[in-house]
Amino acid sequence: MNAAITLSDVTAGYGHNVVFSGLSLEIPTGRFAGIVGPTGCGKTTLLRTILGVQPIFSGDVRLNGWPVANVPLGTIGYVPQLGSVDWNFPVTVEEVIMMGFYASKRIWPWASREERERTHELAHRLGIYDCLRQPIMNISGGQRQRAFLARALINNPQLLVLDEPTSGVDIKTQHEVLHLLDDINSDGITILLSTHDLNAIASHLPWVICFNKGMVAQGQPHDIFTNDILTRTYGGDMVVIRHEGHFLIANNTLLHLTGNHHGISG
Amino acid sequence: MEFLVEPLEYEFFRHGLLAALMVGSLCGLIGMYVVLRGMSYVGHGLSHAAFGGAVVGFMLNLDFYAGAGMMGLLAALLINRITRNGEIKLDAAIGIVTTAMFALGVAIISQVRTYSQNFEAALFGNILGITNEDLLIIGLVTACTIISILYLYRPLLFSTFDNEAARIFGIRTEIVQFTFSFLLTLSIIASMNVVGVTMIAATLITPALTARMLTDSFGRMLVYSFIIGAGTGVTGMYLSYIFNAASGATIVLFGALLFCLAAFIKRCRVLFVNQSARQQRQELR
Repeated sequence: MNAAITLSDVTAGYGHNVVFSGLSLEIPTGRFAGIVGPTGCGKTTLLRTILGVQPIFSGDVRLNGWPVANVPLGTIGYVPQLGSVDWNFPVTVEEVIMMGFYASKRIWPWASREERERTHELAHRLGIYDCLRQPIMNISGGQRQRAFLARALINNPQLLVLDEPTSGVDIKTQHEVLHLLDDINSDGITILLSTHDLNAIASHLPWVICFNKGMVAQGQPHDIFTNDILTRTYGGDMVVIRHEGHFLIANNTLLHLTGNHHGISG
Repeated sequence: MEFLVEPLEYEFFRHGLLAALMVGSLCGLIGMYVVLRGMSYVGHGLSHAAFGGAVVGFMLNLDFYAGAGMMGLLAALLINRITRNGEIKLDAAIGIVTTAMFALGVAIISQVRTYSQNFEAALFGNILGITNEDLLIIGLVTACTIISILYLYRPLLFSTFDNEAARIFGIRTEIVQFTFSFLLTLSIIASMNVVGVTMIAATLITPALTARMLTDSFGRMLVYSFIIGAGTGVTGMYLSYIFNAASGATIVLFGALLFCLAAFIKRCRVLFVNQSARQQRQELR
């Protein structure tokens, strides 16, 4: 069986600037993984490379065994960072979800009965049926995230990619999104997301990839979140506080500044 | 009702009215995407490039539309090429390319003074001098644009909303962008003799902005923009006849008036909704 994502010796960047080079990475089908790393570490470039919209200098990117440029329609579901969306754009939640169908060969502007039924079914599942006719500017952050998730799921993708899905939303919504993604992953969909939030998000993920201009380490959070790996990933002196199976990750310098460094163990 | 029928006795008015109806609806339709894609300045720039092309074409004994069309398309292609890798922003590319082409036209006119009268219509519009050939071209461009936008409705909407996501979902965004630039250039060239280079930008964006004040749905906004554009063209023509004012300018002014009215209606609606919400909260207490 092919891996969901396979990167072989990939070098990518912008213009003459290389962001990462010689990267090889394999994410098996059905995995729920998160890429963590500091701002500017190349997380977005890596996601864009996997999605096939980042020109690469060398190497090979395959999704489910297909070269990324020839992946069949509907294989990938994508949720953009909420901050990159124009919320004043005049579209309703229903119109946003239906955009997921817009790469199909149907030429009529209006939705078919099947498309409408599928949209309503997903909206029911994600709890946004009541706001289908609402403009996107009038709904909450959590509802917006669910609307974009519905658009990503509309074609029953095999791979779901989310760029910082929890940035700009409150803690309650962050947990709701994580539960929802967990539920979607249990249907067999491979999920890859990027996040810079180690405590609220990354520590709850089943698999974490530490990234900083290249792969630092990957594995389950309790193996990966060590002082050494996080310090190498973030470039600062990071400490991991463990208590009854839970983590708290902090920057040691900041802890010293606030005087809270006593009794910390790695 | 006589004031509606009386001007129709004149052929120049019938031609002008038909041209205003078609150009109004055409600009309303294409202008919707111009506004939402943040390309208002492109419309303004392309009309200037097309003007330069018309002058060059005239010097080379080419048809007005051929010269304007070639230079307009060349400008659209150059702007796309220059901005492709993101190093130069869209507004800067438009500033360089289209102003240089416009300057070329102005330079030629300044050398051959007899040209100046021929291009007054292109600069300021001459809706009452519309010929059968003009009507045919405007009609063809309008029909072609309506069919293309209906055909491309879905990919155009998605790429206008989020171009990168559209690409990831499998839409060939380069083709969509190129087709849209082509349609925009054709629309500007077809509208040039009617409203003039100086007023095309307003004709393109005003119906769409007015429609935006009235709805938050993309589909409805597109229909409203089309109807408002057509209505503005026809009403503006009658007003110009009644008040004996320049047609292009009257159409633009009437469009601006409609926008103010729509903005006022929107403001009133927001105030009413806020007041109702306040009252509901007070009743709950």
